[in-house]
Amino acid sequence: MGDKADVWQGTLALMVLKTIEAMGPLHGYGIARRIEQTSGNLLVLNYGTLYPALLRLEQEGSIASEWGASENNRKAKFYKLTRAGRKQLRKETRDWEQTTAILARFLAPSKESA
Amino acid sequence: MKRLRAWIWRLAGILPGERRERELADELESHLRMHIDDNLRSGMTPEQARRVAMLKLGGVAATAQAYRERRGIPFLENLLQDVRFALRQLRKNPGFTSTAILMLALGMCASVAIFAFVDAALIKPLPYRNPDRLVGLFEKAAACPQCNLSYLDYLDWKKFNRVFSSLDAYNHPLFTLSTPQGTEAANGTRVSDGFFRTLGVAPVLGRDFYAGEDLPAAPRTVILSYAVWQKRYNGKPDVIGQTVTLNGELHTVAGVLPREFHFAPAEPSDFWTTLHPGPGCDSRRGCHNLFGIARLKDGVPVSTALADVVSIAQQLERQYPDSNRGFGAIAMPLTDAIVGNLRPVLLVLLGGAGLLLLIASVNIASLLLVRSESRRREMAVRSSLGASRARLICQFAAEALVLVAAGCAIGLTSAGWAMQLLKTLISPHRLAGMPFLHDLGLNLRVLLFAAAISLLAAVLFSLAPALRLRLPEMRAGLAEGSRGSAGTTWRNLGSKLVMLELATAVVLLAGAGLLGQSLYRLLHVDIGLRPDRLASVYVLAPSARYSLVRQCVALERRIVSDIANLPGVKSVGITSALPVRSNDQGTWIRVLGKPWLGDHNDVLDRDVSSGYLAAIGATLLRGRYFTDAEDSSKPRVVIVNQAMAKRYFPGEDPIGKQISFSSDPPVPMEIVGLVEDIKEGPLDIATLPAMYVPFNQNADNGFAVVVRTSLGGESLFSTLDGAIHAIDAGVVTEGEMMMTARIGDSQSAYLHRSTAWLVGGFAALALLLSVVGLYGVVAYSVGQRTREIGVRMALGAEPGAVYRLILKEAVRLTGGGIVLGLAGSLGVGALMRGVLFGVNSWDMPTLAAVAIVLGVAALLASYIPARRAASVNPVEALRAE
Repeated sequence: MGDKADVWQGTLALMVLKTIEAMGPLHGYGIARRIEQTSGNLLVLNYGTLYPALLRLEQEGSIASEWGASENNRKAKFYKLTRAGRKQLRKETRDWEQTTAILARFLAPSKESA
Repeated sequence: MKRLRAWIWRLAGILPGERRERELADELESHLRMHIDDNLRSGMTPEQARRVAMLKLGGVAATAQAYRERRGIPFLENLLQDVRFALRQLRKNPGFTSTAILMLALGMCASVAIFAFVDAALIKPLPYRNPDRLVGLFEKAAACPQCNLSYLDYLDWKKFNRVFSSLDAYNHPLFTLSTPQGTEAANGTRVSDGFFRTLGVAPVLGRDFYAGEDLPAAPRTVILSYAVWQKRYNGKPDVIGQTVTLNGELHTVAGVLPREFHFAPAEPSDFWTTLHPGPGCDSRRGCHNLFGIARLKDGVPVSTALADVVSIAQQLERQYPDSNRGFGAIAMPLTDAIVGNLRPVLLVLLGGAGLLLLIASVNIASLLLVRSESRRREMAVRSSLGASRARLICQFAAEALVLVAAGCAIGLTSAGWAMQLLKTLISPHRLAGMPFLHDLGLNLRVLLFAAAISLLAAVLFSLAPALRLRLPEMRAGLAEGSRGSAGTTWRNLGSKLVMLELATAVVLLAGAGLLGQSLYRLLHVDIGLRPDRLASVYVLAPSARYSLVRQCVALERRIVSDIANLPGVKSVGITSALPVRSNDQGTWIRVLGKPWLGDHNDVLDRDVSSGYLAAIGATLLRGRYFTDAEDSSKPRVVIVNQAMAKRYFPGEDPIGKQISFSSDPPVPMEIVGLVEDIKEGPLDIATLPAMYVPFNQNADNGFAVVVRTSLGGESLFSTLDGAIHAIDAGVVTEGEMMMTARIGDSQSAYLHRSTAWLVGGFAALALLLSVVGLYGVVAYSVGQRTREIGVRMALGAEPGAVYRLILKEAVRLTGGGIVLGLAGSLGVGALMRGVLFGVNSWDMPTLAAVAIVLGVAALLASYIPARRAASVNPVEALRAE
């Protein structure tokens, strides 16, 4: 295995939601960069895959978009979290924590419980 | 919820949107710019910065495509695209398109319209509670397989049965209705008290009959049909409690039946009264005038019920041998009793329509095959450009879908019209007896049937051309060029289809031929009378003033003499029952001078006036007719028909012999005349023994008048009715009809005629479609072989040889079709035996005629392309390469 990981199926949406929650309204490029930075550049993101994912979240009503100006005064489409999106984020976060906790138990050195 | 929202967005995303495309392009563009800006800032050269940004994005086009697929629903978008393409393709080929759509519409129209009738008559449940638990009850005698019950037998069946939760009876006599304007005939039914409860029907207004309301002591009441309530009482609720004068007696209105209620065996029926058994027929066990209905107890099957009523009938035979000997019992599902006679006819019609649909579909399938053949190159190109096989099949499916949708729309619309048209062709009086046809229309079941047909057609039409889509072959198609020698594959499949079509057409033609012959034979049955210019009308005199024989005889004599004096009238007669109607059970006789052990000798019994037999044009073989003077004061006399002479006096001269009604001691009647058989019962049933006794010795207050006249037209009947009403305004007349119409409208003639015409129509269309199909195959093969024919002619083939070459194929196909079809006809004919009359299912002349008609039509159809082939100019045919 290389030292950089691909994004796992299904986790991209959660990362996107979390990123927008943390950063506030943000454009696609910004979200992509931010995800890579947050992962400590361990994740390799194919930026192209981000846009269908954003569209899907928008279709599901978790995020909304509007056009605005970037920090360098470039026209860009900004995504922000909707109320449904916050709820979705909380739920997915909980689910994910539960999943990792369960996995952690499996992967922990076994203690032969009765 | 979230998913649903997303799907709605995606559904909306299918619609083409320039703005959305531009936004996507803008967003990707701004992404790239921001990325390039960053890259430049980190010190890359502009080219490098752009290259890295593009690489990281994974390509603009690929991203946009992934985005688009998420935006809409790719499958649906492809389908829509295919449909648009199919529409363009079909528009380019209007000849093919309209032919295919029209053929499908024709097939759908015929089968859906007929199915609607099948549904209304056979599938839609009767409007009663749990109608499948209802049975019809009949008594059964040798001469009368479905006879009515006598009132006393009905009471005993009701008392002794262990299988019915309730058992009731009804009959449907002619009623008179008296209003301030006069007395007229009315439609009514007498029912026992629990009749509507047994059916599970409750009045919408007022009350049902209470138990015991059908007994002589109970006051007379009537329940109205919804229609008469609307018509005579304007649907006012205060009708309850009002009185109506029926049969000369006051009846209080107790209730009104629901609008959707109908009871076919008694329809049309406006007034439903109770039985109120009287001193006449109702008091005699041997006088049968009621029909029974009953509701089965839970869990009791019809077979058990049948066994139970049969054992009751046997017990009654033992108990009352005088009246009940020879009487069995029948219990059958009420549905069978009501529509049993329509079932074989409707199934034959549905079969005919189905075969027509089959021919139409096969024709379209082979047209599609031809098209796919000529589109081999297009398909080969598309597949080599990367279209998957599934995608190409989708293309065919889209075309099939468009064709089927259009054919279905036109077919359903015209089926809606066709069924109304067919309904108007049914005579009003017949239609009144088939109330289940009233709400004929495109209901859910009919639409489901249409949907099933459409689905099958769509599958057939997309698979037929797609079958040809095998990839290696398609590649070959590209390499092969325009020469089209692969046409042979198509010719094999296509010609098999045409053979199937021709065979189906033969089956339909043979069916139509047999039915047509049946109808012809039926209408040319020797009925023993001359029906032309013979008018007939039923007369009912009020029983209050005409209860004595003397009074009835006086009325009869007045009617005969008054009508005889009308201008144009040649002769007049009176009978208790007109010829060519349903068989009634008649009476029992004994032959004096021969041993008689109380056995029942069934004989039809007609009370006729002295002039009746002469008036209808019967043929007197021996002896004489009655005289008017022969009344109750004179010795009893009787005239018999040949069937009766043969049965009871084989090899003897019946004249002068004495017979009697089956009574002990006998009341002798002397046979004074012998007439040729007159068809008293249905046309398709052999004439039963019948005897004619003087009306003057057995008069009754209801009878029929027959009048031979040189006049015609509607005014004739108003003159007749006027003459009768002038004698007594209280006498009602009903059922005015010319005898020819009565015979033509009789049930058997009616059923035979409608089947023969409809199947004949289907067969004509089938012939047309299959011949067009054959023409298509031969013409296509000529087109494919133009070059071959050119070569042959260049090498010296005569036009005659070319004709032979082409016609040989046509003859092979036609011959195959005819042989297959004749084999099929034998099978189908055997299935149709029940609806045929006087003709065998293997009737050789019919089959031969069908083969000749189809053969000639087929050769004519193939002559046209053969002529074209023979006139091929070899130089041009070769140059065209």
